[in-house]
Formats: sequence, C-alpha cells, structure tokens
Amino acid sequence: MTDATTTLDDDFEASFGDFFALLKPRVMSLVVFTAMVGLIVAPGTVHPFVAFFSILCVAIGGGASGALNMWYDADIDRVMKRTKGRPIPAGKVTAGEALAIGVTLSAFSVIMLGLASNWVAAGLLAFTIFFYAVVYTMWLKRSTPQNIVIGGAAGAFPPMIGWAVVTGDITVASCLMFALTFMWTPPHFWALALFMNSDYDKAKVPMLPVTHGTRVTRNHILVYTLLLALTAGALLFTSIAGWCYLVAFVVMNALFIIGAIKIWRRDDAASKADNFKAERSFFKLSLAYLFAHFTALMFDAMLSGFLSIGGLF
Amino acid sequence: MGGFSKMAITKLHEIHTRRKSRNVGLGLVLAAFVVLILGLTMVKVTTTPIGNIGSAEAHQ
Repeated sequence: MTDATTTLDDDFEASFGDFFALLKPRVMSLVVFTAMVGLIVAPGTVHPFVAFFSILCVAIGGGASGALNMWYDADIDRVMKRTKGRPIPAGKVTAGEALAIGVTLSAFSVIMLGLASNWVAAGLLAFTIFFYAVVYTMWLKRSTPQNIVIGGAAGAFPPMIGWAVVTGDITVASCLMFALTFMWTPPHFWALALFMNSDYDKAKVPMLPVTHGTRVTRNHILVYTLLLALTAGALLFTSIAGWCYLVAFVVMNALFIIGAIKIWRRDDAASKADNFKAERSFFKLSLAYLFAHFTALMFDAMLSGFLSIGGLF
Repeated sequence: MGGFSKMAITKLHEIHTRRKSRNVGLGLVLAAFVVLILGLTMVKVTTTPIGNIGSAEAHQ
C-alpha cells in the first residue's frame, strides 16, 4: 500500500486542472476513442444524445480508475521520473482526495451508464474499473512481470462497452476488438520499458526488462507482435471489417512486424549508442497502429452502405 | 464608491481568491451535469413509448 501522506504547502491550493490531471486525460482520450468506435460499428442505432452521454460515462469511469491508480501508486510515482510530476507526488493533491474522487466517480459513472443505456454496458464498465484498480494496480503490477499482459485487459474493454451500449450484448466481433487492444498492450509497454528501464528498476516494479533482462523482452516483443497480427487478422472474418480495415491491417502490421524484428536484432549496446532510436520509434508506431485499426473500422462502418467485404472470407 | 466596500456584509477572504479556479471549475461541472440530466430526461421521455414506461424496455 502507499504511504502517501503528502504534506501540502499551506499557501498552495490545488487548481481544478490538478484534480482533472488525476483522471489521466491522455489515457482517457484512448478510452473515449475506442469506446466511440465500438459504439459506431455496432449493429443498430442509439439516440445521439444517449451515445454522447454513454461515452462520457465511459470516459469518467476510465478517469476514475486512473485516480484510484494514482492513489495506490503514489509511492512508486514519486520515484519514477516519468510520473513524479503527477498531482500526488508533486504535492498538489492529497492521496485521500484522489481516493475520494476515484470512488465517487466510479460509482457515478457506472450508475449513470446503466440508467442511460443498459446494465450490460454498465456491468462491463464496473468490471473494467475493478480490473484496472484492483487486479492490475493492487495485485499484478507489483507482483509479476506479466503485469501488463493481464492488466492490459482493463484498457481493452472500452470498445466492448461501446458495442454493448447499442446492442446490449457481447458478441464475437466485440470480443475481437477487445482482443486487438489486449494483444497490442504488451509490445507497446515493453518497448516503453526498454528505454525507461531504469525508472521501473528504481521503483522496483517487476517489468520484464527488470526481472528477465532486455534480451527476453526483445524476444517477447517479437512474439507478441506476431500474435497481435493474427488477432488483428481475425477481425477480417467479422462483418465489421471492410476494405479500409484490410488496408490498415496490411500496412500497419507489416510496419509493426518490421519494427519488432529491428528491436529483436539489436542488443543493449546498439540501443544505447543511438539512445534507443528503434525502440522509441516502435513505441510511437504502436500508438499509430491502434489508432489506424480503430479508425479503419469506423470508416468501414460509415461506408458500409457503399462498399462491403463484411465477413470477407 | 470608496465607502461602498466598507458596507459589504461579507468580507472577501484571501482563500476565495486562491480557490477561485476550483470553485469556478466545480460550478461549471455541476451546471453541465444539470444540463446533461435534463437532456437525458428529455430523450428518454420523448423516445420511450408510453406502454413501456416502467418496463425493462424503457431502459434500452
């Protein structure tokens, strides 16, 4: 547990922005985007205002789990260069305030989503918050180098929630959107961990490069990238994939596999010599990879009346 | 006008200035919440058939 009994400066008042930062706005943007795509590609319609309200609830729920994560991980965040500017370690907000905001917004977002759309979507959101705050943050993160493999599930649920808002159920297509984000998470974070290794080491977070070395991490990145390509390809067999997705799939997976092979062929000496150039560009490419796949699905849904290869094979 | 401020029944404490950003932000959030609930109520009322009110379908 965190012993974050931060002493706040008497003259300092946290601004509204400091509390908003607890919700991890950048992570929230990914959550909003993938949930929105899930909602758009789902068969059926929902009133635009209900759609907007539901996405807002998913964003608030995602933000709430971020606040709970910051509350619990305040001790680690204080040590890591990447996170020491967060509101709690920076002394802007107390850990207790973050906990209160996290719990309140979690309950609020789940109840409001249930009332606005349906209880399947609300149940998925509740499970997502639980998974991220309890299973990942409190349990896996500090206990196993597979932390982000299993914990990645939390970030993968939003497209399923968006889908459930419209349909009220869980289908193969929505599970495959989940699987796409789930399989994408390990190579994305391990690439980051390769050039942020010292940060995780200092904080004693058992990331793969810390516990098993960078060679094993490079091997894992390649294997998971190949598995990711298979998972992304499986979506081509569903009715939500079209020509746009096919193009995004071919281009992005080719680039991603080439990037993973580059990382696999390098050693630490080569990486340090150019300040982890290949690893950094692979990390950036991973963001484009996910964005391209979900954007393509969205375009296919919009164009489905004109062009369709739905269930291609 | 100079004497007008002396007549104020409340005194602006320094803490009000320090907390202005928080208070304005929270006020806007609460106002947005009211608008959202009003909007959602309007949508639910206008799109739910009268026969379905109170049934499970009303929540779809």
